[in-house]
Amino acid sequence: MAQISNHTETTSQNPNNSQTPSRQADNIPASLLQQINETIARYPVSKRSASLPILHLWQNHFGYIDDSAIEWIAHLLDLQPINIYELVTFYPWFRQSPPAKNIIRVCRTLSCALAGSYEIFDKFCHAIGIDPHLAAHHDGLINSPCGNFSIQFVECLASCGTAPVCLINDDLYEKLTPNDIPKILEKLKTNSEQTPNTP
Amino acid sequence: MSANNSFPTPFSPTPHPLERRIIFANLTKPDYKPDLITYLAHGGYNELRKALTLKPSEIVAAVKASNLRGRGGAAFPTGVKWGFINPNDGKSHYLVVNGDESEPGTFKDRYILHRDPHQLLEGIAISAYALDVHLAYIYIRCEFPHAARIVSNAIAEARAAGFLGPNILGSSFSLDVFVHQGAGAYICGEETSLLESLEGKRPYPRIKPPYFPAVYGLYMQPTVVNNVETICHIKHILRLGPEEYAKMGTPGDGGTRTLCVSGDVQKPGAYELPAGSVTLRQLLYDICGGPRPGRTFKAVIPGGSSAKVLRIGEKIITKSKNSDGSLSEKQTDILDVIMDASNLAAAGTMIGSGGVIVLDDSRNMLWALNNLNLFYAHESCGQCTPCREGSLWMAKITSRMLSGKGVPSDPRTLLSVANNIAGRTICAFGEACSWPTQSFVEKFPEDFEAAASNPITTLTAA
Repeated sequence: MAQISNHTETTSQNPNNSQTPSRQADNIPASLLQQINETIARYPVSKRSASLPILHLWQNHFGYIDDSAIEWIAHLLDLQPINIYELVTFYPWFRQSPPAKNIIRVCRTLSCALAGSYEIFDKFCHAIGIDPHLAAHHDGLINSPCGNFSIQFVECLASCGTAPVCLINDDLYEKLTPNDIPKILEKLKTNSEQTPNTP
Repeated sequence: MSANNSFPTPFSPTPHPLERRIIFANLTKPDYKPDLITYLAHGGYNELRKALTLKPSEIVAAVKASNLRGRGGAAFPTGVKWGFINPNDGKSHYLVVNGDESEPGTFKDRYILHRDPHQLLEGIAISAYALDVHLAYIYIRCEFPHAARIVSNAIAEARAAGFLGPNILGSSFSLDVFVHQGAGAYICGEETSLLESLEGKRPYPRIKPPYFPAVYGLYMQPTVVNNVETICHIKHILRLGPEEYAKMGTPGDGGTRTLCVSGDVQKPGAYELPAGSVTLRQLLYDICGGPRPGRTFKAVIPGGSSAKVLRIGEKIITKSKNSDGSLSEKQTDILDVIMDASNLAAAGTMIGSGGVIVLDDSRNMLWALNNLNLFYAHESCGQCTPCREGSLWMAKITSRMLSGKGVPSDPRTLLSVANNIAGRTICAFGEACSWPTQSFVEKFPEDFEAAASNPITTLTAA
């Protein structure tokens, strides 16, 4: 295991070369390390169980999961990189490229569609400068040109009684009407201008 | 609009006369908070105290006598499921609570997790004591980020107060509970898939037999996987007594059951009703206020999107036993069918997760089916060929029909694909993705034939 890890480390990009992007695994803050260790302790029977929670912590901190993360987490959990990579590629929540400052997930499934979610999605897309047809058929997040918004048409968010709904960052917005959208975007823009770009 | 942390709910402050709020009794109160102080002020953890004075086998017997059925979708009798666990087999046992709520049309666990986490934790503590479990996980879908934090905080509060952790309330019983977040995959609601996910793997469902969770569950040890709502019922079974609890429902379906109504009704929402106490008519007209102005009902999906659709106006033939033991057949209008597990099964569909999606006469059923087909095509895990290929194929056909390029054989092809998925897959997703297509095409042929008879206009040009 250790040999494979060393091998992959030497073949990956040299962190001293300023031209290559920095590897996430070289920039793990102490606070994240502590959270990761606490997470592993919650799975006394098998630390492999910690792989999903660690990927969540990682993505919450860095915004996405790069190749160095996959190798680092695999090494930490005594796994092969493929064991982590196959999770990142299977679970829709994980991503391998950076998102914009705000992530908008509009519910697409039946109850929300009955209540007008396609119109809501189109309106969001137009307002942030994305082709709604392209976005509706895109697998994963699609980023707006301004860098403020990522959008995705997602499956059921389990709030069908207050349809149509969307999840923006961690917050659920319910009973949406097309008129709500400019107000929501304006508020998000103001918020993201007040906070630095690091996730 | 804007919800943020306030979580507006689809509950009216005063319950409808047909409702009986037990699980929802506290969380529907506008000033109810998800913290320990509030829960204790509402009689919280009294049932756990009581449970610790009972023998674990007495609690399992009470759950059996309550006629509680699983509220996650399969409606399996909870007491029977618990009975599969042998507390004296010397193995580690685990309890896993399924909070992956992602069946389209279902939105009940959301409110329990966000608004009344201690009710769930008390249920977990009692269940774990009954099943000789010392480690439990609550699997919460990651689309509920606030819920994960709220439940984690509640666990810390309960642990500090001695309701969880080592030597609970001074007894010799210890229990650790942790939250485990999903990562956006619908398939993780399937119990063996959820276990794979909890073990840190791709959530491919396990084949049964032999991998029944009660035999080879989490880490290949005997495991009980129960829905959030199911676990919440446990404390109320002890509080009311199993006989009293069972009496609220029907002989085969005890207690209360949450029905989540969405779609084309005046008053959508989550309603907690005594199991088997209302007909579809009462639910749609009395409780949900009927159709929108100027509209009539066209179709109802009664138990989450995977349940077979019902056509308003269809007649169900039911057999009943006369007093002399002979059988008689009765025609029942679909609106007069009682909304419980056995009656909906007799009507050819299922109560499932209780997610009722209503469509009115302004809706095209091909459009609605295409919406669901896209869902299933996206969510198939890809392990079994019939489901991986078939779900996508059905979505492609309905999408093409909607775009005006239907061919006369399309309805037949749809049925053929669906018929060849159901029963040929490892998990019930195969049925879940075929039943909508089978029932929509069979019950609303006019909507499909209209699209299927459109000529192909672009093929000749290519």
